[in-house]
Amino acid sequence: MKRWLLWLPLVLFAALALMFIGRLRQPDDGLIVSKMVGKPLPEFTLPQAASDRPPLASSEFARGRPRLLNIFASWCVPCAAEAPQLEALAAAGVPIDGIAIRDAREDVDAFLKRWGNPYRHIGLDARSQVQIALGSSGVPETFLIDGQGRILHQHIGDIRADDVPGLIAKWKAAQ
Amino acid sequence: MRALLLLLAALLAQPALAQSALAQSALPPAPYAYRQLDDPAQEKQAHDLMVTIRCLTCQSQSIADSDASMAGDLRSEIRERIARGEKPEHIRRWLIERYGDWISYEPTSDPILWPLWGVPLLMLIGGAALAATRIRRRGRRNGRRGRNGKEGAGQ
Repeated sequence: MKRWLLWLPLVLFAALALMFIGRLRQPDDGLIVSKMVGKPLPEFTLPQAASDRPPLASSEFARGRPRLLNIFASWCVPCAAEAPQLEALAAAGVPIDGIAIRDAREDVDAFLKRWGNPYRHIGLDARSQVQIALGSSGVPETFLIDGQGRILHQHIGDIRADDVPGLIAKWKAAQ
Repeated sequence: MRALLLLLAALLAQPALAQSALAQSALPPAPYAYRQLDDPAQEKQAHDLMVTIRCLTCQSQSIADSDASMAGDLRSEIRERIARGEKPEHIRRWLIERYGDWISYEPTSDPILWPLWGVPLLMLIGGAALAATRIRRRGRRNGRRGRNGKEGAGQ
């Protein structure tokens, strides 16, 4: 029996322990980053979601100017929390389009009346089909689309006040 | 007759209850979120795929197990695509293109998973080698003992 072979189980155990410690120290934020970032926006045509905004189609995004695409829903609480930040972005001149997920017209209308309406177009994605095609896994999420209709950036979760300058800078850089 | 009517009423009331429990959305669930396909062979294909697709909301469940609205939408999407004749592996690839390998519970053949496939093979080979040497050694020892026995008988 070779001597060194006796140490093999201990070495294997140490390697496993190191791996566990390493992985346990990494925070598990549960964020699922879309693999569509860097790819063209999938084609879609959505019906109107709000009474006073036109519906949304993917063709809006290939017109030379970068835009934000905000995935939201009237039933989503963090979407109400990010409303002031969307207003600030719109006030800075950033065009924002919305997709309302699994929503109803009167609910969207009430939501926009209560929290403000920074959107140019709003499409209704009643069955999350466009959301899935975008590789988005929840609400709210915000995508930056360049003037050629390519997805440049994905912001997962609600936009906080300190995210606004970064998003404006990214939007300006995409011009 | 009355019992039958009551039963019918209870059955009819059930979707309404299920809906109010899913207070995430004002809309009824997608058509095939809670309904199987009529063709059992197609439903089996869809189900076999759904148990290997991870739910985006409840990240440790499959979409077949989860009651999240998004899981329901994905189930309906998968069933409708299979009803249209799409192959399950094609749908899986389409989802992986969007969400990464993360969304599929089925191990792939990517280099990062080579140890996963290789370790059982290595252990099998190692085990066989260990067994072979032990058997050979025991055979040798038994042979020696046999000779010893003969020597003993000769005394």
